[in-house]
Amino acid sequence: MNDMRILERDVDTNTIKIAARGVQVYYGDNHAIKDVDVDIQDKTVTAFIGPSGCGKSTFLRCLNRMNDTIDICRVEGDIHIDGEDIYDKRVDPVQLRAKVGMVFQKPNPFPKSIYDNVAYGPRIHGLAKNKAELDEIVENALRRAAIWNEVKDRLNAPGTGLSGGQQQRLCIARAVATEPEVLLMDEPCSALDPIATAQVEELIDELRQNYSVVIVTHSMQQAARVSQKTAFFHLGNLVEYGETGNIFTNPEDPRTESYITGRIG
Amino acid sequence: MTDATTSSLPSATPVSGKGSLMQQDSRTRKRNAAETRFKAYGITAITIGMLMLLVLVYNIVSRGTGAFQQTFVTLEVALPAEKLDKNGTRNLDDIKKVSTFGYAPLLRDAFEAKIAEKNIETELSGKEMAGILSAGAAAQLRDFVLADPTVIGSTVAFEFLASSRVDGYLKSRVSRDSIANDKNISAEQLDFVDQLIASGDVEKRFNLAFITGADSSDARPEAAGMGVSMMGSFFMMLVVLVLALPIGVAASIYLEEFAPKNWLTDVIEVNISNLAAVPSIVFGILGLAVFINYMHLPTSAPLVGGLVLTLMTLPTIIISTRASLKAVPPSIRDAALGVGASKMQSVFHHVLPLAAPGILTGTIIGLAQALGETAPLLLIGMVGFIASNPPDSIASGLLDPNSAMPAQIYEWAKRADPAFYERAWGGIIILLLFLVTMNTIAVILRRRFERRW
Ligand SMILES: Nc1ncnc2c1ncn2[C@@H]1O[C@H](COP(=O)(O)OP(=O)(O)OP(=O)(O)O)[C@@H](O)[C@H]1O
Ligand SMILES: [Mg+2]
Repeated sequence: MNDMRILERDVDTNTIKIAARGVQVYYGDNHAIKDVDVDIQDKTVTAFIGPSGCGKSTFLRCLNRMNDTIDICRVEGDIHIDGEDIYDKRVDPVQLRAKVGMVFQKPNPFPKSIYDNVAYGPRIHGLAKNKAELDEIVENALRRAAIWNEVKDRLNAPGTGLSGGQQQRLCIARAVATEPEVLLMDEPCSALDPIATAQVEELIDELRQNYSVVIVTHSMQQAARVSQKTAFFHLGNLVEYGETGNIFTNPEDPRTESYITGRIG
Repeated sequence: MTDATTSSLPSATPVSGKGSLMQQDSRTRKRNAAETRFKAYGITAITIGMLMLLVLVYNIVSRGTGAFQQTFVTLEVALPAEKLDKNGTRNLDDIKKVSTFGYAPLLRDAFEAKIAEKNIETELSGKEMAGILSAGAAAQLRDFVLADPTVIGSTVAFEFLASSRVDGYLKSRVSRDSIANDKNISAEQLDFVDQLIASGDVEKRFNLAFITGADSSDARPEAAGMGVSMMGSFFMMLVVLVLALPIGVAASIYLEEFAPKNWLTDVIEVNISNLAAVPSIVFGILGLAVFINYMHLPTSAPLVGGLVLTLMTLPTIIISTRASLKAVPPSIRDAALGVGASKMQSVFHHVLPLAAPGILTGTIIGLAQALGETAPLLLIGMVGFIASNPPDSIASGLLDPNSAMPAQIYEWAKRADPAFYERAWGGIIILLLFLVTMNTIAVILRRRFERRW
C-alpha cells in the first residue's frame, strides 16, 4: 500500500481515503461484484460509471456497509478507510455511517417536516448544542444543497410534499448536515433539471475541498465535469480506473471505449 | 401555424387506420359492458350487505330498547315508629332486627291509603295489590330506612319498580290471555294496574339502573342491570391493553426488524398465525388449567379473564403490527441508517411512528374482539350470578368475582323469563354501542396520525 501511495503522489498530492482489495459481493448465488480493487483518494471526486445492473450501487453500498441490511448479501475482501478495516468485528456500522454519508438512488426523505429531515442527523449525533446552532446547520445544509430558496418559507411542511428533484436535494442536504468525511452519492442528479444539476455539481466541487466524494452517474458529461477519477464497471468487474481525462479521451480497455462512445454517440 | 388554422378547426377526415373516435369499436364496447357489469355486481353486493345490516339493527333496536325503560309505581309509604323501632331509641342495631318481612305490611298499608285517596275501587286485598311491585320493594324500603333512621315516623314518597309481569303488561309483552296460568299475577291485578295508570301512579320511564346496576335473581328481572358486568369487562380490557399491547408490539418489532430470518423465526411466524386461528374456547381451557388450577388465581376474576383474553388478542396484535411495520417502505430505514442512526433509532424514530396508525387499528380491533368474546369466560367461571355492587378499587375490580358484558347477555338469554330475554337484547345494544365507540375512536386516532405525516 505504501508503494502505491508513493506512486500516486507523482500525479496527485492526495492521500488514499478508501482502499478496497479483492472485494466480492454475492446476493445469494448472484455474484454481483467480482474481485474489485480500488483506491479512492481524499479530497477528490470519484465517478463510478457503467451500464445498468453492473454493480455500481452495490459497490457503493459496501463502502458504508449498507449492504449489511440486506439479508442475502455477502461481502468478501478488504475495505479500509483511513487504514482501518471497516469490516472488522470491532467496527460499529452505525459509527461508520456517520463518517461515510450516503445519498440514495431514489429520493427517500423522512415523512417529517423539511427541517426535521435535515436536523435529524445532527440531532442524533449531538452536533448542535442548542436550537440556534441547529437552525444554522439546517440552513447551511439546505443552502449547500441548492434548495434553501425554495423551502426557506416552509421548513415545517412535510419533506414528502416536495417534487422529486427537490426531495433529492433535500436528501443531499440531509447527508451533508451530518458533516461526513466521505459522501457517497448514487445518481444524485437523475431526477434533477439542468439548473439544479448544475447547483449540485457546484456543491460536489465545493465538498471536494474537505471531503472525498464518490458519485455514481449515468451521465458521461457529468462524470467528465465533476470527477477527477473515474471507475468503469461492467458486469461486476472494475474494468478500468484512472484519471477522468484519461478514461474519456484515451481509454485502455475496448469495453470502456465502446461504452463511452456508445453513450456519448 | 397561421392564424387561419388556429381560428377554425380542420374538418373531420374520413375514417382511416384506427377508425373514428366517435364510434366505439366492438372491443371497447365489450370492455365497457364488462366494466358496467362489474360495477353492478359491486353495488348489488353492497346493497345486500346494507340490507342485512339494517335488518340486524332493526331487530336489535326493536327488541332491546324496551330494556332501557321500566315501569315504576309511585307510592307514599308511612314509616311508623311502632313497627320499625319499637324501643324508640333509633338504635341502628335494633332497627336492623326488623327484616324485610316487617316492611311488607307497610307496602300493603300504603296501597290501602292510595286507593282511599284516589277513590279506586278494587276487590284486591292489600297483599295482592302489593303483588304488582317488584319482589325487591320491601328490601328497597328497608335499605332506605337503614341508611337514614331519622325518616322513621314520617311518610315518604317512593318510586318502586313494578314486577316484571306488570312491566311486561305496559310493554305489551304480557296480556290477560298469556297470564291465564300465571301464579305471579292475576287479571284483577292488571285491572288494578290499569286504574293506577289512569291515576298517574304507574308509569313507564327511562331506567338508568339497567345501565349502572347489578344482575338480579331469577325472580326479579325488573331489577337486573349491566353495570357491574360492564365494570368486569372494563377491568378485563385494562388487563388486555396493559399486557397485550406492549408484549405484542415488542414481539412484532423484534421479529420484523431485528430477528435473523431463519427456520426458527419461520416456525415462530407460522405458530403465531396458527394461534390467531385457535378457537377461543381452547384459550379458555388453557386459562382454566394454568391460571386457575395451577397458579390458583381466583375464579371468575377479571384478572384471569383478562389474561385469557390477552392470549387470544396477542396474535391479532402481532399480526397487524407486523403487517403495518412491513408496509413502511424500506427506503425509510435506509435513509435513517444512511445518516448514521442505529437500528433501534431508525425503528423508534421513523418506522414505528409510521406504523402506529396500523398498530392502533389492530389493537383496537383485537380489543373489540376480546370485548365480545364469551366462550373462554364460560370456562373460567365468569358467568353466573354476580349481584354484588360495583368494585370499589382497582385491586378488587381485578380480583373480585365478576361477570362480563357478553357473558351477562348469555346468562340472561339463558333464563326462562321473557323479561330477561328483553334485557339480553338491551345488553346487546350496550355492547354494540361500546364496539362502535371503540371503532370510531380508532378511526379518529388514525386520521390524526395520518395527518401528521
Ligand atoms: N437487494 C438485492 N437483492 C438481490 N440482488 C440485487 C439486489 N440489489 C442489486 N442486486 C443485483 O446486483 C446486481 C447489481 O445491481 P446494482 O444495483 O449494484 O446495479 P447498478 O450498477 O447500480 O445499476 P443501475 O445503474 O441500474 O442503478 C444486479 O444484477 C442486481 O440484480
Ligand atoms: Mg444503482
